[in-house]
Amino acid sequence: MDFLIPNQLSYPILSTLIFLPLAGALLLFLFREEKATRIWTLVISLVTFLLSLPLYFNFDLTTYKYQFAEHTPWIPSFKINYTLGVDGISLLLVLLSTLLTPICVLASWKYIEKRIKEFHVCLLLMETACVGVFSALDFVLFYIFWEAMLVPMYLLIAVWGGPEKVYASIKFFIYTMAGSVFLMVAMIALYLTAGTFSIPELMTHNYSFTFQFWIFLAFGIAFAIKVPMAPFHTWLPAAHVQAPTAGSVLLASVLLKMGTYGFVRFCLPITPQASIYFAPYILWMSIISIIYGGYVALGQSDMKRLIAYSSVAHMGFVTLGTFLFNKQGLEGAILQMINHGVTTGALFLCVGIIYERSHSRLIADNSGLTKIMPVYIGFLGLFSLSSMAFPGTNSFVGELLVLIGTFMGNKWIGALSIPGVVLAAAYMLRLLQKISWGPRVGTHHFFDLNVREIVYLVPLALFVLWIGFSPAPFLDVMHASVDHLMKQVQAGNALALVK
Amino acid sequence: MDFSLFIPETFLLLMALIFFCQTLWATSAKTIQGWAIFLSAIGVILSLFTLNATGDLFYKSYRVDLFSQAFKCLISLGLFLVIALGQKFKSIEERLQPEFFMFLCLSALGLMLMVSSIELVTIFIAMELSSYSIYVLIPIRKQNNGSQMEAAIKYIIFGAAATGVMIFGMSYVFGVTQSTYLVDILKKMPLILGQPIALIGLLLVLCGFFFKLAVVPFHFWTPDVYQGAANETVSFVATMPKLAGVALLLRITSLAGTQAVDLIQVLVLLSAVSMTFGNLAALVQKDLKRLLAYSSIAHAGYVMLGVLTINAVGFGAAIYHIAAYLLMNLACFLVICSLSREGENILVSDLSGLYRRAPLLAFTLAVGAFALAGIPPTAGFTGKLFLFTAALNQGHLALVIIAAVNTAISIYYYLNIVRTAYGQDPNGLPEVTLSFSNRVLNYGLILAIILMGALPAWFIELARTACKTIIS
Repeated sequence: MDFLIPNQLSYPILSTLIFLPLAGALLLFLFREEKATRIWTLVISLVTFLLSLPLYFNFDLTTYKYQFAEHTPWIPSFKINYTLGVDGISLLLVLLSTLLTPICVLASWKYIEKRIKEFHVCLLLMETACVGVFSALDFVLFYIFWEAMLVPMYLLIAVWGGPEKVYASIKFFIYTMAGSVFLMVAMIALYLTAGTFSIPELMTHNYSFTFQFWIFLAFGIAFAIKVPMAPFHTWLPAAHVQAPTAGSVLLASVLLKMGTYGFVRFCLPITPQASIYFAPYILWMSIISIIYGGYVALGQSDMKRLIAYSSVAHMGFVTLGTFLFNKQGLEGAILQMINHGVTTGALFLCVGIIYERSHSRLIADNSGLTKIMPVYIGFLGLFSLSSMAFPGTNSFVGELLVLIGTFMGNKWIGALSIPGVVLAAAYMLRLLQKISWGPRVGTHHFFDLNVREIVYLVPLALFVLWIGFSPAPFLDVMHASVDHLMKQVQAGNALALVK
Repeated sequence: MDFSLFIPETFLLLMALIFFCQTLWATSAKTIQGWAIFLSAIGVILSLFTLNATGDLFYKSYRVDLFSQAFKCLISLGLFLVIALGQKFKSIEERLQPEFFMFLCLSALGLMLMVSSIELVTIFIAMELSSYSIYVLIPIRKQNNGSQMEAAIKYIIFGAAATGVMIFGMSYVFGVTQSTYLVDILKKMPLILGQPIALIGLLLVLCGFFFKLAVVPFHFWTPDVYQGAANETVSFVATMPKLAGVALLLRITSLAGTQAVDLIQVLVLLSAVSMTFGNLAALVQKDLKRLLAYSSIAHAGYVMLGVLTINAVGFGAAIYHIAAYLLMNLACFLVICSLSREGENILVSDLSGLYRRAPLLAFTLAVGAFALAGIPPTAGFTGKLFLFTAALNQGHLALVIIAAVNTAISIYYYLNIVRTAYGQDPNGLPEVTLSFSNRVLNYGLILAIILMGALPAWFIELARTACKTIIS
């Protein structure tokens, strides 16, 4: 247990972050009034966010160990424990999840008109599952949160989604579930080989290459579907387009991260040799995702669809950075996870805001808004710039680090990823140009942002600029953990050479 | 003879007698169900009290140990739930209800006797007691559309055939071991299992339990019986004999010892075929009970994952999963019984907009379906985790992968139920009002399924300890 630093705070912070939303969701059943439901959810999610802040301020930057750890035996006969903890890799993702939930509540204030109570129950359950996934240090616990997240997300799409919601939600569920069952088999195989479900302990065990090969494949399918990497991406546009705004935000900002987080947390340290063996394939798939995603985004007339495909491209950069096996690439990848969460989440919110006004997501129906909605266009402009990795925004830092890492690793791969950057500029600028300056059509009644909308966009805009201008506070968090992870990969590989 | 060892069984016999007496005068449906709920609740308490009893009865052909008592607790709990979830037993004619309950109790008694029997003839008699009662139960249904007779005849013929095969197998086993006592067979069986006659004998004996459990190729009765019999009857037939079936399957396979490679290969094959066939056939079902029938065939395949390990870990997992199955399946049947107004069958399309018509029922259905699909944190997930772990530990990687793929396939039809209940409009279907007791039962089952999944430690420990008593 020397890899755990027990929680020193006055309350079990991670358990609180997991179970407070759950308790809030259960209590929601007592509420009858719509407004009370919304306010209660907002309060619960805001309190959760505030309670999560000590994670950042009390985080020890000097150690790679898992901090704020909690450890209790759970199912002793199978050596399953309730172990929680965060390190530099998961800390920011936990914070991202707690930050986005209140924003989602605010964004759904007017958008969701039916079954309000159930909607908010789903949101809170999502928060529970997301924080759980990023802080679980026991594989079974991780798997439980990983799977439990599917149900509220499925309901978010299936109940509050668009016209094609049934198709989209079932495709989403079956696709991800099909990947997850292989994760389960791999998890059991690891347990039987190493004799533990503890994730940090699994990392210290040495496995044969053949074993790693199969484990990596099983992991790879589950995570690649979740990321999603082309060609496993087909569920994503359908799910995104049909989901309500809050669903899209959580899907893009948190759920997709679970896939890349899985690669970083499990594949690299547990199966280092197989990761290196498979790295070229993953890199090529990433390049294909980047170029294909960008290219398809270029041809979209539906805003949500455009952003959904741009997600495929952006997540390609994350997997690219992860499998370069250098510090720049990996730190870029982790930062890019956060960036994508902030930026794409914000873009989906922007689409949701327009949709509330015009009830159309087509670019052609919503063009020429500069004069009518100047504040809105300001925000949209900032987030678009961030999405195309404009200097001074958060994505610039992330993509730059990934690209530096890429060129350090393989110049050809680096050269091939450049068109992705250009494509991003093309489709985002096209979107921005049409929305703000395109011909004004339709008779929809547009009006500029109200206070509520500004309130939930401002924090995201601040993060875009903060990470863009001063990424150090975010990168510092991950240095120790990334260094340690690199050592684990090298050690695992060195061991293979000795053998 | 220490009579205290026989308390749960005696109580069930008494219960059956009470209902027999009630057949003599007219009683209203409400009163009789009230009586039944009250008595079966006492039965649960009594069997819980005898959980730690141990001893032998009836010239050592009947053993009371943790293994049998745990199953007796589950059987009495199951009986209580089956009786409680019926909505005034609408599909059973009022005048026949005392008989109906009498046969329910007799069948449950047979099942209890089964799990304690450790002698082949006793096992046979106990099994027939439970089967004959079910033969009578199946055709009792108010709506006379002919399908219940078909169901009853199918069940009788298949059941009789399975029993015949089992008896035939028992004669082989007796022939090679010169004993009908499992204790004696246990000593001799591993030594002679290399001989085809011993292996075939053992397999033929197992056939009887495969029939109870609806393992392919003994599954033919399942969809028709589920569809033809009354909803309340099916909720009994679908769960209770499976409990006893698993108990006996564990007892008999443990005779073979861990070296029984051929036997294990047969079990592996049956397991793989059962889950694949069950899940694929369930994909196209429109009748909810038929769908559950095929899903039960698939679940029989999953349970076999634990049986074929022939060790305490796997057996414990099998017990855990079948107990979880009892809860999640009854949750689905609770919805069926509550939705069915006149005891008619429920189609998947009848679930449309259930969310609006009865939110609590829709939630119970969702929890039940997600549990059957194996989604955390429900008991269905934990059961599968234990089963997969146990099977993989014995090196059955290919089988576990087949099971995993099957899990993914099964998601489609379970999800389809939930989707119909939550995603579609009611289309003019009537609202469903739930009585207070029905609500309590709904909440109870939901809580039980989630709690059993989230905190399985005590149960799995109990199941494992119980299994150690039957594995030498």
